[in-house]
Amino acid sequence: MASSSERSPPPFPESEDPEVLEAAVPDRDSDEDEADDPFLSASNTPLTRKDTPAAPASPDDSLVTSSQSEHRSASRSSEDFMDVLNISAKAALEDPADDFVDILRGGASAQRGEDDAPAEGGAADPPAAFTAPVMELRDGWSASSTQKPLVSEKIPDPLVELLGEASTVTDEATKPSGEVVDLFDDEGSNIFTGAVPAEPADIFTEEDDTMSDTRKHSVKNNGVHSAENTDIIAEATVELSLDSPRNERKKKPTPTPSLPAAASLTKPECSALEEVEEEEEDRCDISVSVTDPEKIGDGMTAYMAYKVSTETLLPMFRNKTFTVRRRFSDFLGLYEKLSDKHGPSGLIVPPPPEKSILGMTKVKVGKEDSSSADFQERRRGALERYLQRVVNHPLLLQDPDVREFLEKDELPRAVSTQALSGAGFLKMLNRATDAVSKMTIKMNESDVWFEEKLQEVESADQQFRKLHTMAESLVVHRKELSLNTAGFAKSAAMLGSAEDNTALSRALSQLAEVEDKIEQLHQDQAANDTFGFSELIADYIRLLGAVRGTFDQRMKAWQRWQDAQAMLQKKRETEAKLLWANKPDKLQLAKEEITEWEAKVTQYERDFERVSATVRKEVLRFQKEKTKNFKRQIMVYLESLLQSQQQMIKYWEAFLPEAKAIA
Amino acid sequence: MMEEVKDVSAGSVHGDTIKVTEVLQDGDTLTFIIVSQKLSGTGEYHVDRTYDDFEWLQQHLYTQEDVPGIQGVIFPPLPVRPQVNASAKVMKQLGFLALGEWQPYCRALETFLQQVVAHRLLSKNPALELFLTSADPPGRQKIKKNLFNRLSQAMEEMRKEGHKDVDEFFQTVRDQNLQLTGSSRTAAEKFLDVVLTEQKIAVACGHFSAALHLCVEPGQDPDHKAFSRVCVKLSEVFDSMRKSMMSFSLNDLNTLGLGLDLESRHLEAEKEMLFRRTCKLVELESARRNAERAKPVRKAAMEEVKKASETEFEQICEVAKQEPLSARPCGNAAEESDSVV
Repeated sequence: MASSSERSPPPFPESEDPEVLEAAVPDRDSDEDEADDPFLSASNTPLTRKDTPAAPASPDDSLVTSSQSEHRSASRSSEDFMDVLNISAKAALEDPADDFVDILRGGASAQRGEDDAPAEGGAADPPAAFTAPVMELRDGWSASSTQKPLVSEKIPDPLVELLGEASTVTDEATKPSGEVVDLFDDEGSNIFTGAVPAEPADIFTEEDDTMSDTRKHSVKNNGVHSAENTDIIAEATVELSLDSPRNERKKKPTPTPSLPAAASLTKPECSALEEVEEEEEDRCDISVSVTDPEKIGDGMTAYMAYKVSTETLLPMFRNKTFTVRRRFSDFLGLYEKLSDKHGPSGLIVPPPPEKSILGMTKVKVGKEDSSSADFQERRRGALERYLQRVVNHPLLLQDPDVREFLEKDELPRAVSTQALSGAGFLKMLNRATDAVSKMTIKMNESDVWFEEKLQEVESADQQFRKLHTMAESLVVHRKELSLNTAGFAKSAAMLGSAEDNTALSRALSQLAEVEDKIEQLHQDQAANDTFGFSELIADYIRLLGAVRGTFDQRMKAWQRWQDAQAMLQKKRETEAKLLWANKPDKLQLAKEEITEWEAKVTQYERDFERVSATVRKEVLRFQKEKTKNFKRQIMVYLESLLQSQQQMIKYWEAFLPEAKAIA
Repeated sequence: MMEEVKDVSAGSVHGDTIKVTEVLQDGDTLTFIIVSQKLSGTGEYHVDRTYDDFEWLQQHLYTQEDVPGIQGVIFPPLPVRPQVNASAKVMKQLGFLALGEWQPYCRALETFLQQVVAHRLLSKNPALELFLTSADPPGRQKIKKNLFNRLSQAMEEMRKEGHKDVDEFFQTVRDQNLQLTGSSRTAAEKFLDVVLTEQKIAVACGHFSAALHLCVEPGQDPDHKAFSRVCVKLSEVFDSMRKSMMSFSLNDLNTLGLGLDLESRHLEAEKEMLFRRTCKLVELESARRNAERAKPVRKAAMEEVKKASETEFEQICEVAKQEPLSARPCGNAAEESDSVV
């Protein structure tokens, strides 16, 4: 891949877009993207994007390529993994899925425990009637009419019985080994070290690292199905040591490449965009948190006041840490001011959460229930993230309004944000005219980059909306699961108290307790899903709206320019007419107007260029932020998933001796 | 023909080896393949039966009028008729058995057969042998409704349910049974809810995973690539979550779900037996009253009836005491249970 400055056809032309390649865009700067090639050499995607703003993108390059190469090597060994999976020899395992085994055992114990319950229903009665049904639940059990062998046989056979159960899921058994392998293969390519390879046999390894756990989570089902589990315990200790170093290794490469890469690569990449991206540095310089929502006042005039605490090292602020109280309309007011000031120049101003009449009314009325608590938490989180985004933006941070918002004790009430007010109506009108003009302006797009970006933004918006609905439905189901588990726990407790046999009765009440704890787990998990995930997606839907807004701003700037040009043309025509009609005084006026309009045209053109450049920079910055944000959030989310799974395992393991004790 | 107690068998079939290995769906009917090992050790019997055949067998078991005290037997419960594409009401009735592609249902039928074979009184029925070994389906003619069906379905007889017992042992058993039946039915229903919700979550995870896949952006720009990769990985994670949830729910279904279902149906069968006994008790008491109050001309006849009633009742109690009851008010459960069958 030569770093030539011509648009040579990409090395791996797949879905080549010929017009894109040929698009001789005059204002395109040198092919920094060619410089990207060495990094992307491993990729198979055609280089249809030949743009200057590779600078901000470059830090991710190294990350991407390193992970890609790892991916490649990993995929080559995928076949090996397949074979290894199919055979029982699991010695060469790289990543033990510790939890996997615990889950399996936990699952097994759960089943055993559960089996014991009905089995002991049979214990109370003569086993003949009951051991028959219970025994038939496991294949391969020889009939025995005594109870002791019944109980003891259960212990060594959890896997056998699981395999027996697997008669219903045998088709799944073969599939997961195939699919699971792919999942596990991509060890290296996991940006967030999520689904790392793990053999099903690893399940019995003990304690966990946070990293390996994400895999275990994904490997869980496989262990339950797979048929090669009998001597896994032997390999338990081996796996553990292999796990830790690898995880350390994985943890390290991910965050570091971005920083040095950013420094080294920004220099060569920048051309038109002389501004070097400094976002790496200001990340930890200022952090804002929104906490402690407090209801002030009563009745319909009540509102929630939030505590906004800032911690910063930047010299522009008076103190290092300070706190103020703000209400929701203050946040909205800040947004209004910022977007009025900076929007037209093409900055992406992060939007705050929306007003919610229903939510706020509930708060005002004082109704305290789970949905209002949910609403409060969502809003608080959204406000915090909103503020953090504002201060992370280098240009917005310089704005005195932002500083005032963070520092000043008392802010004037932002009345323009009220729904039913003069200012509110004015805003609505403006928005309406904007919408209409957007429809009528047909921009002659000279820069295809913008068109593409707009397309992407639109499709991303759609996808995110879909994701959001999915995430919300997942949350709903989890809540339902926790409810049902609670119901079951109660009925199990009742059954336990009705039961004669003391051991069985005790086991049943223990089961009820375990289920209770699990219900709590499910609830927590649902909360996690919501706040860790679904809210993130909602944020991005809002942000994408803001991005679209900047494109609109650019269009407006273009329109102004075009209008000025049209005006200039008219003035020239008037001048020509006057010249022909020979009216010297009006001619002078006309000449003056022409110069005036010429100046305006030049100015608007420059404005437009400036806005285009800003928009471009902003969009790229947004994309990088987006990726980083998602990555971080997802890691947090997965780790929490892991935690809850591990908790569940612990609960079931604690239950196991109880179940065994039914005799 | 009958081996001794240790060896559970019916005629020429070894009871413990009875398996319902497959269920075939042909349109709306389900056919079950039953495999059992020959006692003589020379091979297996493979027969295919439909639900109607099972009902036939059950009817034959009910109509063993010649066995004394047959009403005291807890008849192994046959699950409700399976329906393909069942209505919501039928699905609720079937509960766990309708899920998991009829596998739990097969297990339930297996249990039914094994329990019949293992029962000291029921296994002697020739119909059982025919059912298990004959290549042709046993006769499918409807048997006329008999005593059992009438009694167990008669709603107006329900008032007899509360009739006080003469025997303390049985009173305790009845009370216990009442409690247990209710509790286990509730537990089974609640657990069914749990399992169904787990399945719903699995489906939702699947949708989420698919939606994430759509987020993959086709750009070459490294940002796009990074983002796409994140999405793809997350999508895979959610896919495994889906699989694990599905397996959770299937395992739950096949173990505790099935167990709870079997237990609650067994308790219902026990309840029916106890109810039959209670009805007999009521009948006996009224026969006694009649015999006392009868005019001399009819006295002899009444005495006859009373005697017959008494014997029947005693036989029923005898048989019932030896059945696997849910409560053992006196004596050690473990020892007694061993000696029963």
